[in-house]
Amino acid sequence: MQNSGSNLPDSVNTPSDIYIPPTPPVGLPLWLLAELTYRCPLQCPYCSNPLDFAKQGQELTTEQWFKVMAEARQMGAAQIGFSGGEPLVRQDLAELIAEARRLGFYTNLITSGIGLTEQKIIDFKEAGLDHIQISFQASDEQVNNMLAGSKKAFAQKLEMARAVKKHGYPMVLNFVTHRHNIDKIDKIIELCVALEADFVELATCQFYGWAHLNRVGLLPTKDQLVRAERITNEYRVKLAAENHPVKLIFVTPDYYEERPKACMNGWGNLFLTVTPDGTALPCHGARQMPIQFPNVRDHTMQHIWYESFGFNRFRGYEWMPEPCRSCDEKEKDFGGCRCQAFMLTGNASNTDPVCSKSPQHHLITQARDEAEYASQTIEQLAFRNERNSRLIAKS
Amino acid sequence: MSFNREQVPSWRRGYRFQFEPAQNGHVLLYPEGMIKLNESASAIGGLIDGQRSVGAIIALLDEKFPGVSELGTDVEQFMEVARAELWIEFA
Repeated sequence: MQNSGSNLPDSVNTPSDIYIPPTPPVGLPLWLLAELTYRCPLQCPYCSNPLDFAKQGQELTTEQWFKVMAEARQMGAAQIGFSGGEPLVRQDLAELIAEARRLGFYTNLITSGIGLTEQKIIDFKEAGLDHIQISFQASDEQVNNMLAGSKKAFAQKLEMARAVKKHGYPMVLNFVTHRHNIDKIDKIIELCVALEADFVELATCQFYGWAHLNRVGLLPTKDQLVRAERITNEYRVKLAAENHPVKLIFVTPDYYEERPKACMNGWGNLFLTVTPDGTALPCHGARQMPIQFPNVRDHTMQHIWYESFGFNRFRGYEWMPEPCRSCDEKEKDFGGCRCQAFMLTGNASNTDPVCSKSPQHHLITQARDEAEYASQTIEQLAFRNERNSRLIAKS
Repeated sequence: MSFNREQVPSWRRGYRFQFEPAQNGHVLLYPEGMIKLNESASAIGGLIDGQRSVGAIIALLDEKFPGVSELGTDVEQFMEVARAELWIEFA
């Protein structure tokens, strides 16, 4: 058995007057995120993949993915997301979809649309694919292509979005918003309505992976964010009045909150990610943590979810230091995001600095202040590609 | 306003009703989401097939659970909610 040890500080001494609730029963891994590959034709500077993706190990084989899916399904996983990188570069994607659907999963393909063809859309439908989500970088061609690092990306995405709809899939469009495109939110919404999207995710950048590296050049200002949310609400009212079925989902970045998000609905409670080389994670951002997470090549999913050190590391409340430990909101937000606590404070057990009770909350308020005078252009961002990944991983 | 029982409900495109053994119950799955249905919603949901009218669904449930008062109203209410939530469409 592989060692799954950790060099994180261990449990904390508790004064006896603090009530620590018992660890609740482990939830079912309802959501399986299958990151099939880190290969991707685009270079989005806000990619959530790890900075050192270029030096990750070999990708799992088709048969290894079949085993992962069958075991997870047996344990109650109902949703599967095929993601990456760009999942379309996997030649066995149709096979993986067919097997997932045969097992009873609701199958989601999360793609940039680059590499998609109408024939593939038809083939995936026959294989049993339930849903295709296409991500856009911006509403206008020039900004989109600049962000994607590809000259043809935008036209291809529009064509594929239309084909997805034509072949009877529900359509979910995803726009990652940031300081360079959020002021065009009205154009983004209008484009989605014109494409007849059923769901639109207007997701402000979450600062993990490459987005964290490029944070100064991506974080919108408070004014930008307030304006975008107001315009989104105006469109919601207008579209509802027209009986339009489209649903607009607006995701705010937690950098403008005073309380942290209940990240992943709790550590190892709902969400299970398997990365291209088979490392299993409680969230797709967790790879960077100083915890040796289990690999599906060495362990069953049952062991990984219920017994492995990594998945149990932050379950329950015993691991919490102050101020979370004595906080009466800990059962609501679980102290926020472990990855963010690690990235910003160097200790994954610390309170997420988003929380105004965190002694390191100034890290967040400083980032907000920086956003007021940041001057980076899109060209100055670090693009997510192999060359940059190798350079960053070395330094 | 009275409910038209001639209408034929079908699940909206991308919505799938199925039994989940691990949860010992029925769920409605949709893009990146899931709703767990209670027993009565599951009994109604299981009869939505894009062919049966609301009236036919009520008649079938009446056979299966005879003597349940307000059954027709319960089904109508479910249909109203499901339509408002955009889970189903009427033909």
